[in-house]
Amino acid sequence: MRRIITAVVQNQSGVLNRITGMLNKRQFNIESISVGTSETEGISKMTFVVDVSDQQKLEQLTKQLNKQIEVLKVSDITDKAIVARELALIKVGSNAQLRAEIQGIITPFRASIIDVSKESLAIQVTGKPDKIDALISLLKPYGIKELTRTGVTAFLRGQQPEQQVTEIHSFSI
Amino acid sequence: MKVKEKQAAFATDEKVNGADLFIKALVEENVDTVFGYPGGAVLPIYDALFRHEFPFEHILFRHEQGMIHAAEGYARVTGKPGVVIATSGPGATNLITGITDAMMDSLPLVVFTGQVSKSVIGTDAFQEADVMGITTPITKYNYQVQNIADLPATVSKAFHIATTGRPGPVLIDIPKNISQEMTAGDFDNKFTVPGYQPTMNPNPLQIRKLATALRNAKRPVLLAGAGVTIADGAHELKEFAEKYNIPVVNTLLGLGSFPGSNPLSLGMGGMHGTYAANMAMYEADLLINIGARFDDRLTGNTEHFAPNAKVAHIDIDPAEIGKIISTDIPVVADAKKALNALLSDENEQSNHNAWLEKLGANKKDYPLWYKHSEDKISPQWLIKQIHHASNGEAIVATDVGQHQMWAAQFYQFDKPHNWITSGGLGTMGFGLPAAVGAQIGRPDDTVVAILGDGGVQMTIQELAVLADKNLPVKVFIVNNEALGMVRQWQEKFHGERYSESLLTKNPDFVKLAEGFGVRGLKVEREEDVPELLEDIFSYDGPVVVDCRIDWKEKVFPMIAPGKGIHEMIGVEVEK
Ligand SMILES: Cc1cc2nc3c(=O)[nH]c(=O)nc-3n(C[C@H](O)[C@H](O)[C@H](O)COP(=O)(O)OP(=O)(O)OC[C@H]3O[C@@H](n4cnc5c(N)ncnc54)[C@H](O)[C@@H]3O)c2cc1C
Ligand SMILES: Cc1ncc(C[n+]2csc(CCOP(=O)(O)OP(=O)(O)O)c2C)c(N)n1
Repeated sequence: MRRIITAVVQNQSGVLNRITGMLNKRQFNIESISVGTSETEGISKMTFVVDVSDQQKLEQLTKQLNKQIEVLKVSDITDKAIVARELALIKVGSNAQLRAEIQGIITPFRASIIDVSKESLAIQVTGKPDKIDALISLLKPYGIKELTRTGVTAFLRGQQPEQQVTEIHSFSI
Repeated sequence: MKVKEKQAAFATDEKVNGADLFIKALVEENVDTVFGYPGGAVLPIYDALFRHEFPFEHILFRHEQGMIHAAEGYARVTGKPGVVIATSGPGATNLITGITDAMMDSLPLVVFTGQVSKSVIGTDAFQEADVMGITTPITKYNYQVQNIADLPATVSKAFHIATTGRPGPVLIDIPKNISQEMTAGDFDNKFTVPGYQPTMNPNPLQIRKLATALRNAKRPVLLAGAGVTIADGAHELKEFAEKYNIPVVNTLLGLGSFPGSNPLSLGMGGMHGTYAANMAMYEADLLINIGARFDDRLTGNTEHFAPNAKVAHIDIDPAEIGKIISTDIPVVADAKKALNALLSDENEQSNHNAWLEKLGANKKDYPLWYKHSEDKISPQWLIKQIHHASNGEAIVATDVGQHQMWAAQFYQFDKPHNWITSGGLGTMGFGLPAAVGAQIGRPDDTVVAILGDGGVQMTIQELAVLADKNLPVKVFIVNNEALGMVRQWQEKFHGERYSESLLTKNPDFVKLAEGFGVRGLKVEREEDVPELLEDIFSYDGPVVVDCRIDWKEKVFPMIAPGKGIHEMIGVEVEK
């Protein structure tokens, strides 16, 4: 199952290395990680998209994250009302004739062309990962020359239906 | 050596450097022993050690691996953190095995490594190694000091993290420019660690659940691991087991947390555990694990581990609960606090006499066994003799291999904090230096090292420290002229193909000991053993004894790899 996990961490040198190293050692299957500063100085926010086989693996993942000294809070927000976004930059093969056709494809995705050259176009798109996947597969026939994705970043919507967030208590050892 | 007049420590109006601050920070932590080895990147620190009067002793080892295992031995028997100082590059990389060993076995270490100066970090400078990168996966926490002002608080924080919660190694990397930098001497060691709050007290609801499960159990078993000893909970464990008449299985590292001589003790469980212990876990309907992490050497094939039991697991580290064995009653807490909570919860006795009788019969009918070998010494018998000669009160350190298992099986431990062995990493070369460290930490106790002829050669240079400091450790080399444990597996599982496991050209251990200035003896026949033991246990100094055993000796009983705990081989005397 695919889960979206966020971690609030103290922004110290080496923290990213410690966390990715742990995930790698314990053989967690990470689809993406995004990291950036948060609203509080010295605190960063990490968003992981993971593919775990079962509940027990998921529990291990959140516990092992929580165990890291620099980690302040871990939340599994998959089943909450969330806003999740990813940014992708896609360079496709194109010439003057194809440009309009490609524009037609990307418009419904609210993607934009951010660079044009004789043989290629660079497209920027933001959205949920499945939307980006869909756009990529539509663009494939034109030849994707370069692709970079930021990985998902996410947080909870301001308003949550009924039940509370499963905030995994910042256990540490 | 000309000893200069030592400076009075830290006159406030005087300028000091980072190394001075560092020494003061160690003093603030009440350090009594430092295990160290000098080198370029820590020269300022060694200079400060020379200049100052300070209330701890620095012990110079002969290899950084030896010194860090010594720090582990010290930590294991004192409960205090082992403090280590090494230089950058090779000094630091020589520590890696010990740091990993301490991480696996939850031993508190505070390791300080010198680092090249900030201005050249990242340039492949002389003796630069990426110690932060290398040690990140093998430390509970590591940190490189960036500003001299942070140094005192960083040291303090390192001690806090290493010794609280689930103990472990913490490494602080100190660039040379920091230890050299001059400062007005402001000393502020206050720190906060917001992301680290170990859960000490158990959730009362979980304790209730456990009590109810216990009341209803017909076949309860306690599994006591190293966590009980770490929590200083041996006394409470005994009270709890006796109050409810629950039989106790120990893990290898849990030995001593429950008295081996107690009628409720089933001895060690697992790969080389007793039949009674393993069958108890196999047949139990309630397994209460206190401070053990269900290592695979204990569980065997997990499919067959405690298949019919409700499992309760008390551990200070939430990540250990449910990691290997799914748990019905998780209790995140310090073992002693959880035991106290269980003891204060008045509970009815369950009636499980039939169960106790069955386990008693197993214990009686399938004891650990051995045979006397014809012309050499039987190693199991030797361990029993050492137990006898040391009144069962010695601190025992082992290396890794067959001798380690014989020591675990036949030196019955009645007290906690007296057993030092490398469990999780199984580090050969651990035993001798660990014994040295233990003797330093507990100078008034008898310390015995039981080692293999293979492993002792990995860190034998530390005999120099025994001689240098006249530490009266009694070193027994259980000499089978083989890498015995490897040879045993080759005999049993690889068609007796003894690939690279026979040590036919061993050194003369007696001469070797004498070369180091340590008394050396050799014994080959059982009839000479009692007198020899009497002699060496009344001798006030270090001794090395080369004990010759039959190379064919094996450790039994045993769970073969991949098998369940109910499928032991070698349970009954080999014909
Ligand atoms: C050759 C060889 C053979 C071996 N054979 C066996 C065997 O037959 N049987 C066997 O059992 N082992 C055997 N081992 C050892 C095995 O590999 C493990 O090291 C051992 O089983 C671990 O024991 P443990 O879980 O008690 O200790 P540890 O691994 O030290 O775990 C301690 C646990 O206690 C917890 N803890 C720490 N502090 C506290 C506290 N204050 N309160 C509560 N919990 C706390 C920790 O979080 C951890 O989960 C063998 C090793 C070797 C090298
Ligand atoms: C550093 C290290 N290298 C290799 C091993 C693998 N190993 C485990 S036991 C053993 C044999 C130990 O032989 P010895 O020290 O003579 O002890 P014995 O088993 O004979 O009692 C070996 C090689 C290990 N545990 N540690």
